[in-house]
Amino acid sequence: MELKEKLVSSFMAFEDYVDVNDSIHDIRTEAIRTFEKEGFPTKKQEAWKYTSLNSVLKHDYSVFPKEDNSLEFKDVKPYFIHEIDAYRLVFVDGKYSSNLSQTTHEGLDVCLMSAALNKPKYRVIIENYFNKIATKDGIASLNTAFSAEGAYIHIPKNKLVDKPIQILHFSTGNESALMLQPRNLIIVDENSHVQIIERHHSLTSHPILTNSVTEIFTNKRAIVDYYKIQNDTQNASLIDNTFISQKQESIAKVHTFSFGGKLTRNNLNFYQNGERIDSTLKGVTIIGDKQHVDHNTLVHHVEPNCESHQDYKGIFGDKATGVFNGKVLVEKEAQKTNAFQANNNILLSDKASINTKPQLEIFADDVKCSHGCTIGQLDESAMFYLRSRGIPEKEARALLMFAFTSNVLDSVKIPEMKNRITKIIANKLGVNLGFEL
Amino acid sequence: MLKINNLHASVEDKTILRGINLDVKPGEVHAIMGPNGSGKSTLASVIAGKEEFELDEGDIVFENENINELSPDERAHKGLFLSFQYPVEIPGVSVTNFIKTAINETRKAKGMDDMPANEMLKLIREKSELLDINRKFLSRSLNEGFSGGEKKRNEIFQMAMLEPKLAILDETDSGLDIDALRIVANGVNKLKSKDNSVILITHYQRLLDYVVPDYVHVLYEGRIVKSGPKELAQELEAKGYDWIKEEVNA
Repeated sequence: MELKEKLVSSFMAFEDYVDVNDSIHDIRTEAIRTFEKEGFPTKKQEAWKYTSLNSVLKHDYSVFPKEDNSLEFKDVKPYFIHEIDAYRLVFVDGKYSSNLSQTTHEGLDVCLMSAALNKPKYRVIIENYFNKIATKDGIASLNTAFSAEGAYIHIPKNKLVDKPIQILHFSTGNESALMLQPRNLIIVDENSHVQIIERHHSLTSHPILTNSVTEIFTNKRAIVDYYKIQNDTQNASLIDNTFISQKQESIAKVHTFSFGGKLTRNNLNFYQNGERIDSTLKGVTIIGDKQHVDHNTLVHHVEPNCESHQDYKGIFGDKATGVFNGKVLVEKEAQKTNAFQANNNILLSDKASINTKPQLEIFADDVKCSHGCTIGQLDESAMFYLRSRGIPEKEARALLMFAFTSNVLDSVKIPEMKNRITKIIANKLGVNLGFEL
Repeated sequence: MLKINNLHASVEDKTILRGINLDVKPGEVHAIMGPNGSGKSTLASVIAGKEEFELDEGDIVFENENINELSPDERAHKGLFLSFQYPVEIPGVSVTNFIKTAINETRKAKGMDDMPANEMLKLIREKSELLDINRKFLSRSLNEGFSGGEKKRNEIFQMAMLEPKLAILDETDSGLDIDALRIVANGVNKLKSKDNSVILITHYQRLLDYVVPDYVHVLYEGRIVKSGPKELAQELEAKGYDWIKEEVNA
């Protein structure tokens, strides 16, 4: 049976099994209908022209993971930014792991989506926010239909969250192939500030497909600093759908670090609903082998005096392929918009490729919008310069690649996180440069 | 120290060096002068191991070892240093991190451990004072937005840190005002010893007023056509290169 049919036919069983209230039931039912109609995206769709899901959809994924797949702290410790005290929401094969997590309800809610969906005290919030900004396309609808678990984070107003919140998903390989559909809802109220780190990691060589949806709401003057670490194993694929709705004077930043996985697709959408909003989208992609990373971004400028900053760096080796499709939409009312977009790429091999496509649709007449994309190789004269100082070829390459990504790394505000990313990159490049950038 | 025998080199089938012979002994300072396009910078790059040049004939012997086939980094590990005419700007790598990496990679190649951090700091402080370099300068991105003088001073700072046996200074004097020239020349003089050697590549006499050469060579059309004592440089300054060209063409 094809995956699509399997999912559609599993839906009724799924709803029995999660036991949910009526309003969510209606949303889910509509979502599964949408998915049934639209199915998985194909290369015939413009937004998926350079990314084919065929190779990841061919596996016979389990849709209902087995229960107890308990991991111990020592198994997963390396994946925590453990030098820092953090709230943690840890999921193992899609199931919440209470012994690895550190949740809270004291002054803020860092807890489970399943609780938020089921408990009456959250009903109003769910009705106001759940599935309000996720797109109604096939892939996001599939997640909506099966949404049961994930992170629920609600920061009340005037709250500076004292430590980062980590959301971690592990898969253990108890199933021969597993599909995960985490669903996150994050609401940050007026004047509050939160840092969130999200990571998906497979501890197995079995095929894993994650189709994740995250909805983030930043209310007036709120600040959200969100980091995604994508450094998964060869058989793990991720479709990340993240939607951010911003109110006036709020700041939202998403950094995406894509260093591995079989196929990674990031659908990152910012919707500005207010004046003087600042949206930042930055990313570093460093991949090799036959890996594929696709960044599909949208910034929708609706009101005047807002800004957006996009800066994506990509380094592609071997037969790796990359896609950057960045759309900036400036509505007629959105005067004085300042939108900046850059996508710079380095190809390390003849067989690596990148398709980059800036897309600007501007209906206002008094705006500053710029975009630029470059594709090149490492600068040979810089290589000679470094090598003439005694830095061997491999290290010189690594140094130039670090340098190339430095302005994205520099905007990482959690020092431990920046350290970790630096180490992952150094590890990936097989060098020890002996200093922290 | 350095012995070059009948060196021929080309780039993209264009022959630039046509039989260079040069013998530099420890403690000596050699100046290589010559008109534009005579092959001075190519000679410097070929000695340092730049791969885009094809070595067609001849040998480069450094410390009694043929280094024709060595990579630029291997040559650097043996004690060769090239101060670039146009130092490359590398945004995102600070001067300090760059020099630390260079020193520790060189030590690694020699089977030594990394230089302890406090020792490194002390060395950086000492050498930056020698060249009148501001500490803030060291945390800036390598050569990015540096003035011409700053770039050249940074090159000599790197030389001071790496303590090479043979330093080739490619047009280090170009683009320097007189104060910067004095600082750079001072630095070079302080680093000179009976054990290490310097090759100065220059257009003009003025650097040679500060760093006095033992020998002056004139490079023309890929060959050393004339060698002599330091007075030759003054003669070239006074008379230009035309008389050399006439001599060669006669």
